[in-house]
Amino acid sequence: MTLRGQACIAGIFEHPTRLAKDKSLAQLHAESARGALLDAGLTKADVDGYFCAGDAPGLGPLSMADYMGLKLRHMDATDVGGSSYILHVAHAAAAIAAGKCNIALITLAGKPRSDKIVPGQGAAMLSAASPDVAFEAPFGPAIVNMYAMCAMRHMHEFGTTSEQLAWVKVAASHHAQHNPNAMLRDVVTVQEVVESPMIADPLHRLDCCVISDGGGAIIVTRPEIARSLSRPIVSLRGAGEAVKHTMGGQIDLTYSAAAWSGAAAFTEAGVTPADMQYASIYDSFTITVVMQLEDLGFCAKGSGGAFVADGNLISSVGRLPFNTDGGGLCSNHPANRGGLTKVIEAVRQLRGEAHPAVQVPSCALAVAHGTGGSLGTRHASATAILERV
Amino acid sequence: MTDRRIAPPQPNAETEHYWTEAAAGRLVVKTCHDCGQAHHYPRALCPHCFSPNVDWIACTGRGEIYSFSVMRRAGPPYAIAYVRLAEHVSLMTNIIDCDLDGIRIGQAVEVVFKASDGGPPVPMFRLSARSAPAG
Repeated sequence: MTLRGQACIAGIFEHPTRLAKDKSLAQLHAESARGALLDAGLTKADVDGYFCAGDAPGLGPLSMADYMGLKLRHMDATDVGGSSYILHVAHAAAAIAAGKCNIALITLAGKPRSDKIVPGQGAAMLSAASPDVAFEAPFGPAIVNMYAMCAMRHMHEFGTTSEQLAWVKVAASHHAQHNPNAMLRDVVTVQEVVESPMIADPLHRLDCCVISDGGGAIIVTRPEIARSLSRPIVSLRGAGEAVKHTMGGQIDLTYSAAAWSGAAAFTEAGVTPADMQYASIYDSFTITVVMQLEDLGFCAKGSGGAFVADGNLISSVGRLPFNTDGGGLCSNHPANRGGLTKVIEAVRQLRGEAHPAVQVPSCALAVAHGTGGSLGTRHASATAILERV
Repeated sequence: MTDRRIAPPQPNAETEHYWTEAAAGRLVVKTCHDCGQAHHYPRALCPHCFSPNVDWIACTGRGEIYSFSVMRRAGPPYAIAYVRLAEHVSLMTNIIDCDLDGIRIGQAVEVVFKASDGGPPVPMFRLSARSAPAG
């Protein structure tokens, strides 16, 4: 069986908040769910499948089904960090194809900004029972210095420069100026990025994504139900997931699991990176985007720096418009997990509902790709090819 | 020179020998008698071939820097790194006792054990004499 054409994304909602001191975590999940149901033209009673990850409070689907009053016949709480929600789209499609549910709800929410949570210091990542912890925690791994080691090695092997990495942020800022909800709406220059304070060599402050509160939700359903609703039809054409790790001490920081998840997704979809008119790429850091574009096959390994330079990711300027909402680098990064918002902006592009200043004309094929965990140690990748039908 | 708090490793039944050796100033890794490959962090089953026929070997304590980053965000700066050991296995560590701005990929390093906060000492690395930056 293939997932191609088995399910559609019928509803999306991105919570507008970026600082939610007045809201609870469960409330943010539920408000996002309500928004996506309204967008789809469905009600809570229609939901029979629910997907969430480690950001959901309590026992995940149990606590949230209780809070929202859901009656479920299928649930999935696979947690692979920020990539979880892209993977959930594919898992929802598989469940729908298998007849396990008809209307799948996926939610994400988090309040790291108002709770002043330091990324990478979450309880789950530092559980003493995790077999890696004793051999890593003493040395001070944060999220940023792990990605910085990837960038340092990329520069060493391929000659990638800080200025090239900066172009990723520059492109995101060009898009964010049109997003009234974005945290950072000022357009920045390459010079401003490379002159911002060094956080962990070679990554500067403006190479890093924002810390924000927020959330989002997605409704996945079977094609015949999607066609009965009033929204434009966005179909899942292919999907892939993979995990890469330290390989027993043979770690290679120059590539990510996107090399595998991307290949699987493009094969299932029967299309190539060159067919993509838009790309949502998880942008925890500028280097994350460069590595993933290479691994997905948009350019050769090692040439990502040159590929992103000179505005090539800016809508209506470059060859590959990316993250036209401003992405994690400028708009938001709810729960320190960027996967769900990547799907949302891809769906907006395919519906023709992105901001007019960044909308790709007649956008019919797009990719949403995310990574979860740390590229510097162990991470998951999830890739979804989406199509306007 | 590491003013940063060194989180204490918690040895368990699988890793206790590693930390006992560390306390004696010796770096060890696991190697597999079936596939011949070393691995790190140490496991009861070889992560390469899944054989239980694994054993500890003593390391020379020498290697080279595979990648690194100097953390400058808060507190005293420190250098995190992956060091590729002479035994063809890499580990996460810190590069210490040197000018942090002089660290480069490929530099030769040697192990030195540093106290953790209430746990066994942990393996860190300093630049080998032959790779110390000129001047």
